[in-house]
Amino acid sequence: MNATLDATRAERAWAALDKVPDPEVPVLSVRDLGIVRDVLDHGDAIEVVLTPTYSGCPATEVIEQSVLDALHHAGLGPARVTLRRAPAWTTDWISEDGKRKLRDYGIAPPGPVAADGAVPMRIVGRRRSQLVPCPRCGSPRTEQLSAFGSTACKALYRCLACAEPFEYFKPL
Amino acid sequence: MQASIQLPADPALQYLLRIGDTCLILAQRLGEWCGHAPVLEEDIALTNMALDLIGQARGVLTLAGQRITPLLDEDQLAFLRDERDYRNPTLAELPRGDFALTVLRNAMLSTWLKLMWERLRDSSDAELAGIAGKALKEARYHQQHAADWVVRLGDGTEESRRRSEAALAQLWPYAAELFEADAVDAAAEASGLGPSWPSLREPWLAEMAQILNEVHLKMPKQSGFRSTGSRGVHSEHMGFILAEMQYLQRTYPGGAW
Repeated sequence: MNATLDATRAERAWAALDKVPDPEVPVLSVRDLGIVRDVLDHGDAIEVVLTPTYSGCPATEVIEQSVLDALHHAGLGPARVTLRRAPAWTTDWISEDGKRKLRDYGIAPPGPVAADGAVPMRIVGRRRSQLVPCPRCGSPRTEQLSAFGSTACKALYRCLACAEPFEYFKPL
Repeated sequence: MQASIQLPADPALQYLLRIGDTCLILAQRLGEWCGHAPVLEEDIALTNMALDLIGQARGVLTLAGQRITPLLDEDQLAFLRDERDYRNPTLAELPRGDFALTVLRNAMLSTWLKLMWERLRDSSDAELAGIAGKALKEARYHQQHAADWVVRLGDGTEESRRRSEAALAQLWPYAAELFEADAVDAAAEASGLGPSWPSLREPWLAEMAQILNEVHLKMPKQSGFRSTGSRGVHSEHMGFILAEMQYLQRTYPGGAW
């Protein structure tokens, strides 16, 4: 098998994955989200390696099926999806383009995750060092309403300047 | 009616079930708040945490099932065991009580699980280490949320203070079980599968003290009471929670959405 043709097939698969939306945040593709870790052409089949976002994320199975459908429709099948748990997915893998799309969609994108991910427990009263600018008006004057939002990956915030509520994609 | 499955006496399997069942049973208790929490945001928060815990339980029970011949999947393990074969510490199965009790239990168990996942990242089982890497990130958010509420209620009104103190008095005796050593624990430590539970005691006490001291809630003295859920001998509440959880799978074997 020709190496150039291999690359072409994998590249076409990556391109097809650009059009597979995240079911919870459809403005993001699965590539923007950073969960596609690898695309491998085995000749007889193409393999897509995904890393799930949250342990209990109900979107994972939908995404697997959407990926297979997209590759099938692009004429790239047969395809299979494998899950890779380690290293664990982090919001740092969301592309810059993805973060811009989130902001435009009205969701504040996640800030960077601490180097080893070890955020010490903060006790009420000494907290709120983290600035989450409002995705609508850009004001840094915002406050957290709830640590958990419509999905496990988001928190609820409110802007004190424009008074709009918004969601914040939590750093993980 | 679906018959119960029988489990082999494999210490590594028991060790995995202790962790997986803690996540599973706590998730079931948190799920009971759906539609009943004091405010909508907490309704959402508690069920979101339940979802994370179910995901963690799924990973660990899948791994546990691979140790059994013939292989059992995570649903069979979750729904088709008898009470004695569930290995969660009793603390996880106690009734959800009021909101003060729920958030204090969450603080106790999420702190314990956080410390457990930290150590399990170095497990000799690569799959378990992978599950732990993900779960740890989630457990940190759970602990933060629970700690915030313990402080808010402990430092709130007379009523919330009274309830916080009552919850502490009720739950604290069940913490001792989280740090008990036995043959299952020793085997896991020897094989590198996971940490010995007594080794988690000091860091757990330090983090719990950080939360409780903030609002001057006094850590109760250790009593002689020992709960035994992790050895399969549960409280009287376990049968009820299993009856509700297992009913559909037992009545309609293999039923799926």
